[in-house]
Amino acid sequence: MADETSIKTREMLCVLAGFGGQGVLFAGKVMANAGLIDGRNVSWMPSYGPEMRGGTANCNVSLSDDAIGTPFITKPTALIAMNQPSLEKFAEAVVPGGVIVVDTTLAMNASEVHSSEGVARFEIPATQMAEDNGLKGLANVICLGKLWKETRFCDRGVLDAALEKCVPAKHRNLLEPNRRALQIGIDL
Amino acid sequence: MAQTEERVLMKGNEVLAEAAMRAGCRYFFGYPITPQTELAAYMARKLPTIGGTFLQAESEIAAINMVYGAASAGARAMTSSSSPGVSLKGEGVSYMAGADLPGVIINVERGGPGLGGIQPSQSDYFQATRALGHGDFFMPVLAPSTVQEMADLVYLAFDLADTYRTPAMILADGMIGQMMEPVTLPPARDLSELPAKPWATTGTHMEREHNVVNSLYLTPQKLEDTNRERFARYDTIIATEQRQELMMCDDAEIVLVAFGAASRIARTAVRAARDEGIKAGLLRPITLWPFPTKAVDQVVANGCKAFLSVELNMGQMVQDVRLASDGRVPVSFYGRTGGVLPTPEEVLEQIEGLSSKLGKDGE
Repeated sequence: MADETSIKTREMLCVLAGFGGQGVLFAGKVMANAGLIDGRNVSWMPSYGPEMRGGTANCNVSLSDDAIGTPFITKPTALIAMNQPSLEKFAEAVVPGGVIVVDTTLAMNASEVHSSEGVARFEIPATQMAEDNGLKGLANVICLGKLWKETRFCDRGVLDAALEKCVPAKHRNLLEPNRRALQIGIDL
Repeated sequence: MAQTEERVLMKGNEVLAEAAMRAGCRYFFGYPITPQTELAAYMARKLPTIGGTFLQAESEIAAINMVYGAASAGARAMTSSSSPGVSLKGEGVSYMAGADLPGVIINVERGGPGLGGIQPSQSDYFQATRALGHGDFFMPVLAPSTVQEMADLVYLAFDLADTYRTPAMILADGMIGQMMEPVTLPPARDLSELPAKPWATTGTHMEREHNVVNSLYLTPQKLEDTNRERFARYDTIIATEQRQELMMCDDAEIVLVAFGAASRIARTAVRAARDEGIKAGLLRPITLWPFPTKAVDQVVANGCKAFLSVELNMGQMVQDVRLASDGRVPVSFYGRTGGVLPTPEEVLEQIEGLSSKLGKDGE
């Protein structure tokens, strides 16, 4: 199906940011694994240390056809912002032509945050939607689904395979809810 | 025949642990510290399942002395820490050098001095390449810049350590330790094929003289003879073990010298400079000791007009670049510290500055 194939750019530089526990590192891992399956150059750089324990968390994921220089992204082509401080911190840096997906359940004043002209912004109440669908804690995957739909950084089949790979074997029961969350994001 | 391994996505710290086990490491002694803790955690999970021993020591000092003990008995042993913890290991590493014991020490650097911070840094360059402990000694220091190199270089470190009977160090940093990248893991070594260690204290079985592992020599001439013998080995290392990567250096007029995390930033900056038509290149030392002086010679012979050392410190490796350049080419420095990383744009500005200076000099 035409709408399920990727429209890869040479380089996808994505910042995923939120509170610790919202699963931004997990969403980043799914993206990185998609790049791995595609045989691309990939880096996944998390924030680490005390901020991981309850504060803000973010990770930088680069998917590239070239060797990756610094894994720290200063000019992202995509941003998933899962709360207000994350949007305020990173929105301005997204380059024209880039995409922002923001969870407006926790970024209630998203509209007040400026981003560059030519950046497409998608404001979705992901946390609320997750709760409404009995998918508490999977707002991250809803946002990832939306980002995939808007950027198509890989084929749909690759995305599904990457998601499956990231759900640990001992938590196999979580695979189905993750798949549903992904689909909700894609259908938005 | 070994199967071709698939590419997997792993954290640098975990790859150090996995590759060490595949290199034949069966004894790991450590103490937790950010940003290297995942290494010890991985060892704790896996090492006992392959017949090895993981031990969380009571301190870093205890851990390095356990490595001394395991190495004395001929085992491949390793310890890991981050900057402040590595300082504590200094005495033990000096004793290992003095006793000619192989072993691998990992430093996943963070900012200093003192407790410093926990973000990536390269402020332990001097410590690693000059003197991790007291006395007259060096050791091979390898600087990975990718997760793949974490695997390749820890593997190499064990071989260098055994070949030259010396401790060897992996000098990594919080960036490479924490990040995930695809990696193809090296094959697991057959322990029975590791080099023999006839000097190890494995018991005489009434068949040979006692082996003695020791670093104490009270007769001055005996101590000097021992040191000279060791430095003869160092000469061989310097002559044969220099390693580096040269990127776009064939026609480069401005050559950046950077290792580890800084080299990744430098790589991006060099590409951007080339896009602007500036003839920039990158010399990336993989061995910090021995420093790749032959590559510096080659780059100078190729027509390099300026070196720029880019580091995550206030200027340490720049001294080795100056020594190697030996006045032939001017050497400048750019660095950030404390866990602050230079952006590629900042480094590009430095290159542009050098380029316009060279342009004026050429007029």
